[in-house]
Amino acid sequence: MSDAATPTIAADTGRPVLSARNVTKQFKVAGGQITAVDDVSVDFRAGKVLAVVGESGSGKSTLARMLLRLMPVTSGTITYLGKDVTNISGRELRAYWRDVQAVFQDPFASFNQFFSVGHMLRRSLRLAELSSGGEDELIEKCLGYVGLKSADALHKFPHQLSGGQRQRVMIARALMMNPKVLLADEATSMLDASLRVSVLNVLQDLRETLGLTVLFITHDIGQACYLADEVVVMEHGLVVEHGTTDEVIFEPKHDYTKRLLADVPDLKGSLKSANWQPRS
Amino acid sequence: MSNDVVRATNITAVYAADSGRDVPAVDDVTLEVPLGTIVGLAGESGCGKSTLGNALAMIANPPLYVVKGTLEIGGETIDLSTLDPGANKRHRRYRGDVVSLLPQGAMNAVSPTLKIKDLVVDVLRAHDRNYAKSDALDLATDRLKMLDMPTRVLDSYAHQLSGGMKQRMVTVVSTLLNPTLLIADEPTSALDVSSQKALIEMLLAMVEKKIMGGVIFITHDLPVLSMVTDRLAIMYAGKVVENGRTDDLVNNARHPYTSALLSSVLDPTEHTRTKHVLGIPGSPPNLGDPPSGCRFHPRCAFAMDVCSAKEPATLSEGDHQFACWWAQEHPRQTVPMEVTHA
Repeated sequence: MSDAATPTIAADTGRPVLSARNVTKQFKVAGGQITAVDDVSVDFRAGKVLAVVGESGSGKSTLARMLLRLMPVTSGTITYLGKDVTNISGRELRAYWRDVQAVFQDPFASFNQFFSVGHMLRRSLRLAELSSGGEDELIEKCLGYVGLKSADALHKFPHQLSGGQRQRVMIARALMMNPKVLLADEATSMLDASLRVSVLNVLQDLRETLGLTVLFITHDIGQACYLADEVVVMEHGLVVEHGTTDEVIFEPKHDYTKRLLADVPDLKGSLKSANWQPRS
Repeated sequence: MSNDVVRATNITAVYAADSGRDVPAVDDVTLEVPLGTIVGLAGESGCGKSTLGNALAMIANPPLYVVKGTLEIGGETIDLSTLDPGANKRHRRYRGDVVSLLPQGAMNAVSPTLKIKDLVVDVLRAHDRNYAKSDALDLATDRLKMLDMPTRVLDSYAHQLSGGMKQRMVTVVSTLLNPTLLIADEPTSALDVSSQKALIEMLLAMVEKKIMGGVIFITHDLPVLSMVTDRLAIMYAGKVVENGRTDDLVNNARHPYTSALLSSVLDPTEHTRTKHVLGIPGSPPNLGDPPSGCRFHPRCAFAMDVCSAKEPATLSEGDHQFACWWAQEHPRQTVPMEVTHA
């Protein structure tokens, strides 16, 4: 693992890296069961950003957890680089977790508030199974990818960082494992609009410079529009629409996609413009 | 003094820091909310918008102190200063009744062991110990019917409701006493777009039906604000930097900070597909030691020498106020967005 986090541009961009085939997840609840993810098949292509959009409860995060192997599938298979990873365990699973990294929604909950950034990053390196030496260089390099400097960041505690900086530290932490796939589950939802674009730009740069495959889960179609190459729309566990970003957002076919787009608040179009009169 | 405007004047609120230095999170802010309107308060995290909300709702608790400021509401003028020892007791009766605060994450603070109707009774009895249970339920049922919401939610526990429904429900409960002013802090931030829209439509209906007087809607989400508000105030580092009619502000921003916030908005349009937004360089200042002059100057694409030397005065063009040297030198010109984010 001496070459951890060395830029490796995927030569065959477009080849599926990670695939879900007929993946289903059912939860038992009082009085029956709920199908949270229903027979979903998606390919994540090398060097591309794929956005999964849908409202709360549409199964986006459940799909992500299964892809991360944090939750078992009820049926279906997950394939990584041509290998079935649906039921791997032990060393194989650890190796998988190095390659498929994640950044989650809440940048406030994903830090131990008693650890400095440097301490947290060094602890994470244990998973990388790096031979001793080179840790500091690796940390420096990965913080550099997200626009932070070791000297500024390492001694800081989470409460001394803004939400955007925390989320960038989390991305740096993921990058230290030299992942092939980065899964961002609502990673920018809790950030201010101005910080959000900086994190989205980081993801965009990583795709371009490292050829990273990004799975971007969001309920905000605007962000998907800015970042993604492909969009998958989920409703009640089902994929209802799948295509390039331009197809899905500018020529939506499914009613649900159209409704999602119609509900997006529009800066220029007030809700009031239709039936709105100034109040006296 | 008129009764149809809620007016907060010269509010200054500080956090007492261990170092002995006070951190002014809200610095001499004046804000007006005409009854029957929704006023938006926007800005980045840490700009003082929630602190201002807490100060106006009279729930400033140590280490937060309101040092100065008055609130004119319903024909009364209330001194908000918490430095006054009897203040807390005196303010208690206003909360919920005159000013109601819907705090951030309120929907997750509902007791998991109580049905919603028990919450309704609790809230009403906090203000009148003898409130009859049946009266409380009648009031809540009427309210829900008025807003086209299902009355079955009263018999539900919080976990049985979706996030959007929970948030609409706490909004209804927090306005049962017909407050003159509702302060809603990030009510839509945790919701998906469809639930956001439902909440926004409900708020508009509530104002229309005069359930509450005016609303201060706090969020960093400008598209949501532009849909729901009549006026917008943009805060930066504890100060209001621009304030005006919503359509005027969105289409004719006079402060570079407003313009930068607007350009960070990603809406699903062809333009978003191709543009590269830089966001706002740098981060908001440490309020314990704010930059000299205009507080935005270190991050501003239009900064001139005067910006770091002297604080700009607040000017008006019609009912559009702003505090910016660039705007002073360029009367009636919209801040060009391309320049800030080329």
